[in-house]
Formats: sequence, C-alpha cells, structure tokens
Amino acid sequence: MQKARAKDYTIFIIMLILSIIFLSPIFIVLMNSFKGKFFISDTPFDLPTSTTSAGLKNYTGGIAKTDFLSAFGMSVFITVASVAVIVLLTAMTAWYITRVKSKFTSLLYYMFVFSMIVPFQMVMFTMTKTANTLNIDNPIGIILIYLGFGAGLSVFLFSGFVKSIPLEVEEAVMIDGCGPIQAFFKVVFPILKPIAITVAILNVMWVWNDYLLPKLVIGTEWQTIPLAIQYLKGGYGSIDMGAMMAMLVLAIVPIVVFYLLCQKYIIEGVVAGAVKG
Amino acid sequence: MQKSIKKYFALFALPTILAFLIAFIIPFILGIYLSFTEFTTVNDAKWIGLKNYVRAFSNQEFLDALWFTVKFTIVSVITINVFAFLLGLLLTRGKKGTNLFRTIFFMPNLIGGIVLGYIWQLIINGVLIKFDLTLTSSATYGFWGLVVLMNWQLIGYMMIIYIAGIQNVPKDLMEAAQIDGANRFRILRSVTLPMVMPSITICLFLSLSNSFKLFDQNLALTAGAPAKETSMLALDIYNTFYGRTGWEGVGQAKAVVFFVLVALIALVQLVITRRKEVEN
Repeated sequence: MQKARAKDYTIFIIMLILSIIFLSPIFIVLMNSFKGKFFISDTPFDLPTSTTSAGLKNYTGGIAKTDFLSAFGMSVFITVASVAVIVLLTAMTAWYITRVKSKFTSLLYYMFVFSMIVPFQMVMFTMTKTANTLNIDNPIGIILIYLGFGAGLSVFLFSGFVKSIPLEVEEAVMIDGCGPIQAFFKVVFPILKPIAITVAILNVMWVWNDYLLPKLVIGTEWQTIPLAIQYLKGGYGSIDMGAMMAMLVLAIVPIVVFYLLCQKYIIEGVVAGAVKG
Repeated sequence: MQKSIKKYFALFALPTILAFLIAFIIPFILGIYLSFTEFTTVNDAKWIGLKNYVRAFSNQEFLDALWFTVKFTIVSVITINVFAFLLGLLLTRGKKGTNLFRTIFFMPNLIGGIVLGYIWQLIINGVLIKFDLTLTSSATYGFWGLVVLMNWQLIGYMMIIYIAGIQNVPKDLMEAAQIDGANRFRILRSVTLPMVMPSITICLFLSLSNSFKLFDQNLALTAGAPAKETSMLALDIYNTFYGRTGWEGVGQAKAVVFFVLVALIALVQLVITRRKEVEN
C-alpha cells in the first residue's frame, strides 16, 4: 500500500513540474502584456516592475488599434452561425444518404470522405474566385463556405452514428403516422445528440481559429480575431509588442473559458472524433 | 420508408450538396483544370499543358520547401508521439490529479495557429537575444522553433487519444503477463504496445497530416525568413499565388502536387491500418 502511495506522489510531482513548464508560455505572454512596449523584447522573462509596467495601456491601445471588439463580434458570429448550420444540415444530409440507398447517395458519401483529405491549398484560389463571382464573399456567405468545406468530416461522423441506430425505431415512428420531417426532428436528431456535440466541438475549434479562409474570402472588409492579430504585425519593424501581447491574451481568454466550461465534452469529442476519423 | 424520405431530398440533402458544390467540388475540378493553364483571373485561362508542373519542379524555392516540410514532419511526428505516449503512460499509472493534468496538457491545442506562432516568437527571441541572435538569424532556429511549437500544440491532443487506448487494454491481460514473470518493459513491449496499435495509427496519421499541412504557425513564427529558408509547402504555395503575378498557374500546379502527396500519405496509412485490422 505504502509503496503504491509513494509511486503516486512521485508521478504527481513529475506531472506538476511538467504542467508548470507547459503553462509557462501562456504565463510569459500574460506577464508581458502589462509591460511597456520597449521592455518586452529585452527582458521578456522578467516580471513587470514599476519602471517597466504599462498598466492597462497595452490593452486599451491594442483594442483601439485593431478594432478588437468588432473582430471579436465577427468571430463569435461566424463561429456560432457556421457551427449551428453545419450541425443541423449535415445531420440531415447524413441521415438522408444513409437511409436512402442509391448509387447517387453512395457516390455522395465517398465524395464527402474524399474531401476530408484534400488540403485547403488545393482549392484556395479557385474557392476564393468562386465566392467572389457568386457574391458570397461576406460574413453571411462565408457560413455557406464553411458548411461546404466542413461537410466532409461532419457527414462522415454523423453517417457512422446513423448506421448504428436500428431502423425499427424510425419505421415504428413513421408507421404511427409521422412524416420524415417529424421522424427526423422528434426521434432521430435527439438520438444523434452525443455525436452532434462532437461534431460541434471539432467545428468550433476549427472555425474559431481559422485564419486563411476568412482572410481570403472576407478579410479585405471584415476581420476575425486571428486576422486582427496578424494585421497588428503590420510592416517590418513597426510592430507594437505591447499591443501584440495584450491582443494575444485577449485571443486566448475566450477559448480557454469555453474549454473550461465544456471540458468533459471536448475531451470526449476529441477521442470520438479520432476513433472515427 | 426509403420512398417517403426520398421525397424530401430538397430539404434534407440539397442545401449541404449546394454548399459542397460551391466550396469544394467546383473549386477542386477548376483547380485541376487551371493547373494546366496560364491565367491571372480564371477567365483568361490558356491551355499550356504540363508547363506549370515543369516550372514548379524547376523552382528551387518549391524544392526547398518540400524538403523542409519533409524534415520537419519526420522530426515532429517522432517527438510528438514519443512524448505523448510517455505522458499517456504516466497519467494512466498515477491516480492523483489525472484530470487536472489532462486539462492542462490539452490546453495549447485550443489556441489558434497565428496566436501560437507569436507566443513562441516572443519566447524564442527572448532566449536568443541573450546571444545577440534572433529567430530569423538562421533557418535552424526557425526549424527547431516550429518543432517545439508543434510539440507544445499537439502533445496534449495525442496524449488524450493514447490514454483512451491504454485504458482499453484489458487488466487481466496485464495481470497474466505479470504472473508469467514478465517485467515492466516486457509488458510494455509485448502487451501494451500491440494493444494500443489503433491509437498509434491514428496519432501517427493526425500528427503527420497536421505537420505536413502546417500554415498558420509557419506564417506567424518566421513567415519563411530568413530568405524563405523556413517556408513550408503550404506557405510556399500561398506566396506563389499571392506574391508573384504571372505565377498563378504554377501555384495551382504546386497545389495539385501538394494534394497528391497528402492523398498518398493518407492512402498508405489506410492500407497499413487495414492490414493491421485483418491481423486482429
């Protein structure tokens, strides 16, 4: 017993030290976000002192310079809207192509799976041009593009789950006089809830952090958080390190809060997504 | 039932299909076509056969980027998986604070690539400045900077998958091996490793494709400096498209080559996984 307890403590202490090392980059950024911009490059590992401290100036200056609040709003809008649309529509599509068996639906399924391995650079230029031509290069249109480009993984995950639902459940509901719409929303979609959470989480992590797609499609007029941060960098040498540090902190806070709130689902979602993907 | 569902095609399947056409199918086909043409705006495309591919492969920057990407991928796939597996082992052994540590190690994965790049730029430059150097003094710093960054980002993710795998190893199998007199190393090699093979395959694939397709982190950390020596494939393709007029066709040809490489990696991985499944 005692030996087991000693082993437990040793592992605990090793892990504690590793965790501190692991978290230190975030702490260093936080520390520097309160320093004057001229002190950051020279002494990044020192705590702010009375001479190096800048108070909240980096935050107020950075928010003004990058128009951070509207970037934050844009990020929230695009992420929430895209993920809601993706979860609802790909669940419906996955159910349709799993339940209606034909050459067309199985071709569709393979196309969705295929799209998962295609790197973004392959369609980068042509997708941007298509979005321009169709006038969907705006914050509403980008939701459609996220749906299209994200459909592969989501349809794949939902289809795997639908296959495991016994057909009898839906047949019973439909014999009772429900149409497919009622059957889907009242019976199938609630059963899909666990996988819907996984799909939502994987997509939130992707859309919230995505840089290139919003940059190319809407970036000239509207900015999300990753774009606002990249924009701060500006020309060579002109970078305001203080504002940069503050904006990095502000970019990290929302996603960490989101993580701490739905940690359990995120970790389960990652495991489920990995096993199926 | 099939028939009654089929009537609702327009509601259930059409919206996703339309979006998929616009965002993926059309751009993909157009992309392959354009890689054989010379163009600046898509509408002025002129067929030139394989010329773009020839230009891509005789472009030293592209070859350098390819080699840099391969080197980076090999190193980071190995380090990420070794560290993640060891952490997974430790966290399935100890009991105290397991959840807390899992939460902490996973955290960097949620932070976006651009932000990750700037965090590590600050830290690495902060160390190098003591020697009067910066991250862009030599490509070596950029290389190892990217490796460290990628490890920080992905170790937690892979660790979670390894933990799930290790927890699925049946307890009696371990006990049986112990009774048979196997030592800890032997159990790891002959029981744990073969049993977590599915997790290993998944983690290898995920870390491989993530490393190979890296873009945001590369852009934020070094943006290819010095002199494009730390440009990876994705960044090189981006710069060919948007940094060099007249080279759009070459950019598209590079993108097709990139796609073929990624597809090959995925295919090889699939074949290996299938073979493993048959053995089991």
